[in-house]
Amino acid sequence: MQIPQELKYTKNHEWIKVLDDGQAIVGITDFAQSELGEIVYVEVETVGEELNKDEVFGLVEAVKTTSDLYMPVSGKVLELNSAIDENEGGNPGLINEDPYGKGWIIKIAITHPEELEELLSADEYKALIE
Amino acid sequence: MKEETIPLKKTPLVEIHEALGAKMAAFAGYWMPIYYSGIQSEHKAVRNAAGIFDCSHMGEFVVSGPQAEDFLQYVTLNDVAKLQPGKAQYTLMANHRGGTVDDLLLYRLEDDRYLLVVNASNIQKDWQWLQQHSSPFEVELEDVSDQIALIAVQGPRAHQLLEALLGNSFEPLRPFHFVQAKIGHIEPVTISATGYTGSGGYELYIPARDAPSLWNALLDKAHAFNALPAGLGARDTLRLEMGYCLYGHELTDEISALEAGLSWVIKWKKGDFIGKEALLQQRKQGIKQKLSAFYALTRRVPRADYSIVDVDGATVGWISSGTLSPCLQRPIALGFIPPSTPEGQELYFQAGSKRFPLQQTKLPFYKGDCP
Repeated sequence: MQIPQELKYTKNHEWIKVLDDGQAIVGITDFAQSELGEIVYVEVETVGEELNKDEVFGLVEAVKTTSDLYMPVSGKVLELNSAIDENEGGNPGLINEDPYGKGWIIKIAITHPEELEELLSADEYKALIE
Repeated sequence: MKEETIPLKKTPLVEIHEALGAKMAAFAGYWMPIYYSGIQSEHKAVRNAAGIFDCSHMGEFVVSGPQAEDFLQYVTLNDVAKLQPGKAQYTLMANHRGGTVDDLLLYRLEDDRYLLVVNASNIQKDWQWLQQHSSPFEVELEDVSDQIALIAVQGPRAHQLLEALLGNSFEPLRPFHFVQAKIGHIEPVTISATGYTGSGGYELYIPARDAPSLWNALLDKAHAFNALPAGLGARDTLRLEMGYCLYGHELTDEISALEAGLSWVIKWKKGDFIGKEALLQQRKQGIKQKLSAFYALTRRVPRADYSIVDVDGATVGWISSGTLSPCLQRPIALGFIPPSTPEGQELYFQAGSKRFPLQQTKLPFYKGDCP
């Protein structure tokens, strides 16, 4: 199970990677994609909205289950990764194949950077799922 | 991760599943493989080639004795008298309210000796139910669940795969027929032309200790037939594409055979049986809910326990099972609605605060094409 050291994690199995410009990208962990199985559809209807930490920003449909996606920190949803968006000809299966890379889900503008401190480190997340 | 308070039971193949890298999860008290390579690839392998399933979690009871037939006539809905040795039948056990104790396969091994194959989740309940009702009959019950392993080989190439394993050709068994055989050093093997996928094939009952060697032998041959090991995930999507009931979803202690669309199982003229009066009453008064099949018209997938609502948002029923269909590449579902619902009525499933359109359709969803 991959858990990259440089990322921050949530108990809901999202990861967040802060970019140089104060923006961040958010996805779900390798553990989450393996629990869900093949992801067939991603729905994010919150692009342009400002959401609080732990609010639902979208959902993923896997073959056998549906799972909500939660904001790891407060922020404005800037975009949905078109590479995983079926409506844009993308392939949701990229989340399974490359959950920390091509399968990222949204880009956000962080509004409360101090909330990053509350997130789990890679080691803490590893302890959570074991 | 959810804490398990009761230790999970293991099939004789659990180490092999883990070594194959299967995604494992708890199901009916067993630690079971959900998928190996992926639900959809395994599903398509079954539709177009073959899949190999560990179904050893299923329960098996032997019922024998001079009144075995009478007893089984009394506790099940189908007609046991019609069942010849060497044949199996799909049947149900009803409770006195007409609800369903379990659905099961009944094998007539000999004139006065039967094998019942029951759902893993119901082993204890069924065992108690049978014990409780057996006293007036001269029968012996034996729970052999832990002694028997069950490997299903399903799909259009299952027969060839089995021939390769046996090293000789044999006549395909007709559906619901079974034979006793020897495979390598393994005996007895009960080869049964049954399954839960809608793609044909066999179910192999073997002594539990022989499960690893049979499984490995099947997997050795699998590649030549494009066959894959398949988990419970694909087992569920396959049965759902056919509209087969799954206990706990389409059948429960509260849902009757009539409501679940299984009236064909009930043989009214065979004499007395548990649940007959309640079921007759239901038939006379009409059922309040009926199992129906639906397509969902968007990409959102209806899931078990979601409400079915009408155009005004009033709840008219509920979804009992739903999935993305790997063959159709669209969401499909089973659910219960009043039988009086007009065929063209606009229906939706409610997911959180949103609702999504459904379209009633006929079973099976799978029409023989799985690209």
